[in-house]
Amino acid sequence: MPKIRPLARALTLALTLTGIGAAAQAGTVTVITSFPKDLTQAYKVVFEKSHPGITLEFLNKNTVAGIAYVRETPAGQRPDVFWASAPDAFELLAQAKLLAKAADLANAKVPDKIGSFPINDTAGLYFGQALAGYGIMYNTRYLKAHKLAAPVEWKDLLAPAWFGHVGITSPSRSGTMHLTAETILQGEGWNEGWRTLLRMSGNSSAVTERSFGVPDGVNNGQFGAGPVIDFFGLSSKFSKFPVEFVYPSETSIVPANIALIDGAKNTEEAKQFIRYSLDLPGQELLLDPKISRLPVLPYSELKGKIPDGYPDPAEIAKRSKVHFDVDLSQSRYYVVQSLYDQTITFRLKELQQATKAIYDAERKLGDKAKSGKAAELLAQARKLAWDPLVDEKQAADPTFQKLFSGDKRDASVSQKITQLEGEWNGKARANYEEAVKLAGQAAAL
Amino acid sequence: MRTFSTLGLGKGTGAVALLVLGFLILFLVVPVGMVFHTAFVNADGSFTLGHFQSFFHQPLMQEAFFNSLYVAGWSTLLASLIAVPLAYFTVRFEFRGALIIQTLGVLPLIMPPFVGAVAMQLIFGRSGSINLLLGDWFDINLPLMEGLNSVIFVEALHYFPFILMNLVVALRNIDGSMEEAAFNLGSRGFRLFRRIIFPLALPGFVAGASLVFIKVFDDLGTPLVLGATNMLAPQAYLRITQVGLEDPLGYVIGVIIIAFSIAALWLSTRVLSGKDYSTLQKGGGAIHKRRLRPAESVLAYGWIILVLLLVLSPHIGVLLLSFASVWSYAPLPDGYTLAHYASVFQDSSGMIANTLLYCGLAAGLDVVLGTAIAYLLLRTRLPARQWLDWMASAALAIPGIVLAIGLLRTFRGVEIPFTGTLLTSSWVLIMIAYSVRRLPYALRSCVASLQQINVSLEEAAQSMGANRWRTIRRVVVPLMAGGMLAGFVTSFITAAVELSATIMLVTRESQAPMSYGIYLYMQSASGRGPGAALGVLAVVAVAIGTYASHVLVQRSTARQRPARTNNNEALETL
Repeated sequence: MPKIRPLARALTLALTLTGIGAAAQAGTVTVITSFPKDLTQAYKVVFEKSHPGITLEFLNKNTVAGIAYVRETPAGQRPDVFWASAPDAFELLAQAKLLAKAADLANAKVPDKIGSFPINDTAGLYFGQALAGYGIMYNTRYLKAHKLAAPVEWKDLLAPAWFGHVGITSPSRSGTMHLTAETILQGEGWNEGWRTLLRMSGNSSAVTERSFGVPDGVNNGQFGAGPVIDFFGLSSKFSKFPVEFVYPSETSIVPANIALIDGAKNTEEAKQFIRYSLDLPGQELLLDPKISRLPVLPYSELKGKIPDGYPDPAEIAKRSKVHFDVDLSQSRYYVVQSLYDQTITFRLKELQQATKAIYDAERKLGDKAKSGKAAELLAQARKLAWDPLVDEKQAADPTFQKLFSGDKRDASVSQKITQLEGEWNGKARANYEEAVKLAGQAAAL
Repeated sequence: MRTFSTLGLGKGTGAVALLVLGFLILFLVVPVGMVFHTAFVNADGSFTLGHFQSFFHQPLMQEAFFNSLYVAGWSTLLASLIAVPLAYFTVRFEFRGALIIQTLGVLPLIMPPFVGAVAMQLIFGRSGSINLLLGDWFDINLPLMEGLNSVIFVEALHYFPFILMNLVVALRNIDGSMEEAAFNLGSRGFRLFRRIIFPLALPGFVAGASLVFIKVFDDLGTPLVLGATNMLAPQAYLRITQVGLEDPLGYVIGVIIIAFSIAALWLSTRVLSGKDYSTLQKGGGAIHKRRLRPAESVLAYGWIILVLLLVLSPHIGVLLLSFASVWSYAPLPDGYTLAHYASVFQDSSGMIANTLLYCGLAAGLDVVLGTAIAYLLLRTRLPARQWLDWMASAALAIPGIVLAIGLLRTFRGVEIPFTGTLLTSSWVLIMIAYSVRRLPYALRSCVASLQQINVSLEEAAQSMGANRWRTIRRVVVPLMAGGMLAGFVTSFITAAVELSATIMLVTRESQAPMSYGIYLYMQSASGRGPGAALGVLAVVAVAIGTYASHVLVQRSTARQRPARTNNNEALETL
């Protein structure tokens, strides 16, 4: 078969090239990261210039895929550095013994804590490299067109005027949304916090599939506003999008981390990169408007380099009303995610309908909604639509939490969880439908 | 034990069958099997059906199942409504630019689904161009991009080319004398189409339609981007990515999707079985092209332009985005710039070459495998040959992320001989994953085109003394060329936008293809422009390839034409 020959030749050539590629790999530091290309490209250019002989190779994966990739690669062949936002990802890697201890890499000038949050891992397995806060990003053109007031606090997004104008994502798909949800739950308490989350989601036009969906939707005007991590808002604003970003008083500042992977190929060079990212030059890069991240080095160390109007993480952490409790967040991690998905993500349509029915009734009734039978019906409807299905006591119950962190490969465990999730889902749907009915009855009065 | 020869098969056939089987087992069955394992075992390694019970006890999962069925069904119907007239008009009538229309009609496949959905939001979304203009003029807002119907809308526009491509090939292969005979007997217009043309092209249509159905059934990107999570594929993906790779429920959904897709394929073969669609007289010339009357012309062109505009709207959106400085809550961008293209050429030129290399090799492999399987299936009596078809087709229903994890697990620690490089960290595995995932496309096209060739043409060749290989080379392959090319093109362009497996398998940015680059750029708040620019380049590169291959097919058919005037002459050239 004459036609096969060129194909075989191409294949041989390609395989040889792969081999050459491998040989040229010495001196290459491979970094697994979930950070955008704007950021990684900036580090690549500057670091390679100051460290001749070392090549930085970035591999962008979302955090979950990144963890899976490290796990599936045998020791000795793994990438060298893990660099991402979500602190729980690093906990997972540490538990799986995939991180190497490198306490000597820490920069002594970085403070121990930001607010109540420790910046570096106490065991020396990972280090805070940048800080991130959470807040509201909004589109000024959209707000003007829909005659909406600029939001300042989370509560501002709960008004009836905001119905259909919010974009949100799910804590189970976005580490940053999980931290936002926890911040609200810890700041307002379990019941009140869930009411805020449910009402904000009831006002949402969509639950986006990843955290980037929210800033993207706000940028192009698909939504008016939504909760995002600060650098998305700040860098979009820099890119001239008509958007603004605010930190509500209920916010928390947490570190984005960097770590050395255990069983990596080029440990020594990798250490040089981590050290560089924690030292002054690496920290200054974060201030590039295209990147717009908050450094872990105190501003006193970065004197003169901080642009005007740049947020001060120490300041925000100080005025924040929330003292973020990592252990509390960790203990109910899966409960919060699962409850959010079963009652909000997968039942958004019904939640929106219930929310709209309540608003419609309130608008129609005016003052009549404030007393008598109508008030009673509406109170019931609100309770059904916006109260969490699990109360604080149950959420804090260790046996209940243990069920969710149990080994899902065990069929009896997974059956228990799915049964419970099924019940939540069914109950949420029934509640929302009932709320629509009650609000309708109230409106008819 | 019976040997191959006692079954009436040459040794060569057996060897080919074994090679194909080996490939499928090594790169499909074993990796997926490793993943499936998760669906059926307990934490202690014992067998259990408990995870399936968990699935069936969740009302959400039942809802997801019916939603997926609903969306897949309606998408197939809508895609047929777009594709059938487009194919029929351009093959049946003398049509200026028919080739361009067919090429443009393939473009939707080149757009990665998540990019397409982003662009569709920009145009049809609630703050998209259309709705902003409608709001300005008439104060209305059409909910085009909300709920399950938006998924149907996007999926139909995205996948109708599967039907178009297969149908065009099938229509071209119909013997014109059939139509002439019907025409002489008084059959005209729609009746002619319904009673003669369409039934003869049915294998092509069913091949395309079943592809659309299955693809929509297991598509992940579109429902995710549109926020329709109450469907099976998003549920599987969300389980695997958020609860963790070890969560069996995600794999249970995977098993169910695969089982259902195979059932759909089985159904499609049942529809065709027992009927003979082949036309004996390949020499009779293709369907006669009819001239349109002026009024008909206006109607046909008007309609086609409308459909094309709709179909190409995501591309128009991406094109605008690639030149836009800022585009926010406005019908058109605020300003235009070439900066995005500059940054793409600066940072990512290698990605274009990577895409061409991986996808070209993968599609080539697919056509070779597809032709081999089609031949074994239709022209031999190899025991259990149907299984080869089913096995290869099952790849269609395997979510990319599942296959990628399976491949990584299966080949963990395996080195490519003589290189010292791990298979899992080389691009060879990306290429193999592409070829496995896209094999069904090539296979369906090859099977459909072989179905249309009457076996007596081969018998004639063999009675003239040609052996089996010579017959295949000189008769079967040339007659199948159109179908093989359609298969190559479909495999190639859909591999070029494959993302889910790519994300798992790329180990260095220098080996990344364009789909990965687009994804990468799209992740940054200030960087959607470069992503769109890379998307436009991908579309242009693949469109040129598609157009060129169409031209090649037309030329090769033209070359065959003189031989057709005399069948004996054709056989003499053997």
